[in-house]
Amino acid sequence: MNRLLPFVGFMLLVVLFGFGIWWNSRHDPNAIPTPLLNKPAPAFVLPKLYEPTQTVSKADLLGKPYLLNVFASWCVECGAEHPVLEAEGPTLGVQLVGYNYKDAPVDAKRWLAEHGNPYNVLIADEPGNTAIDFGVYGAPESFLIDAHGVIRYKHIGPLTPDVVASELKPAIAALSREAQP
Amino acid sequence: MMRALLHVLLVALLAFAGVTHAQAIEPMPFADHAQELRFQHLTQQLRCPMCQNETLADSNAPIARDLRNQIFQLMQQGKSDDEIKRYLVARYSDYVLYDPPLKPGTWLLWFGPLLILCAGAGVVLVAIRKRGRDGSATDTTSDRMPLDNEPADNGDDW
Repeated sequence: MNRLLPFVGFMLLVVLFGFGIWWNSRHDPNAIPTPLLNKPAPAFVLPKLYEPTQTVSKADLLGKPYLLNVFASWCVECGAEHPVLEAEGPTLGVQLVGYNYKDAPVDAKRWLAEHGNPYNVLIADEPGNTAIDFGVYGAPESFLIDAHGVIRYKHIGPLTPDVVASELKPAIAALSREAQP
Repeated sequence: MMRALLHVLLVALLAFAGVTHAQAIEPMPFADHAQELRFQHLTQQLRCPMCQNETLADSNAPIARDLRNQIFQLMQQGKSDDEIKRYLVARYSDYVLYDPPLKPGTWLLWFGPLLILCAGAGVVLVAIRKRGRDGSATDTTSDRMPLDNEPADNGDDW
């Protein structure tokens, strides 16, 4: 029995480290769980990207659920996410609101001209102050906000076809189920 | 001549060191030195959300710069350190605190090490007791061969 003890200890460590590898492969260690989940989205008033004299506020977007997608032309992963938004955006059944984060409008427009514009509404937060209220700390990030202005789902990092199918679409389906009765 | 050259080199090096340090923390119009110290103390206790192992004071990430500015603004509005921390926790969760609060979600974090220590102490206690029972019949000072179920002195059991 005493001879087996080191082996048992070793196997316990193998299990522990194996669990760590498995856990980290399924979770983004950089993702911070947002305390805003299932809480009202912060109020905001931001200029439109293409018509900077006009603004869009939280109140303007109430009534219908929407996906707020934080993106920027400087953000490399946004380029990877963009084709997914282009392909899946129209099939989601919610408005796609583009939140241009800490970006020069010129760069953002050039980027959208190059990659395509999947957004129904485009707002710009060049100083990035409103983004702090949303707990944004990078791009891309996506918020699903329901008709009452409550954040129902958040994804940090690029939306992949896998994430859209396994997380985003079920979350949207749950919203439309609530709206039915 | 050599000495002068060395001096010039040293001064140049020092100047560069100053520059690299100043890049991380841009000058802010503090009301007084006490406020600056308070700002530095506070930002050193807060963690940059973007870069896990850096404080807000040290980080050069864009979000860290924005949050430093925000903290500065909140200070100008007369907010206390606690209020500023609550402001950040409401947006970025406890993650931003280097000193996590004690609550059910962090019990494992706080008491986990104690748990492991107790488990280790338990194992040691059991081993000692067992050894005591085995060793009571024999004289441990005599120069005999160690028994198979006794830990050997050379430690090759572990």
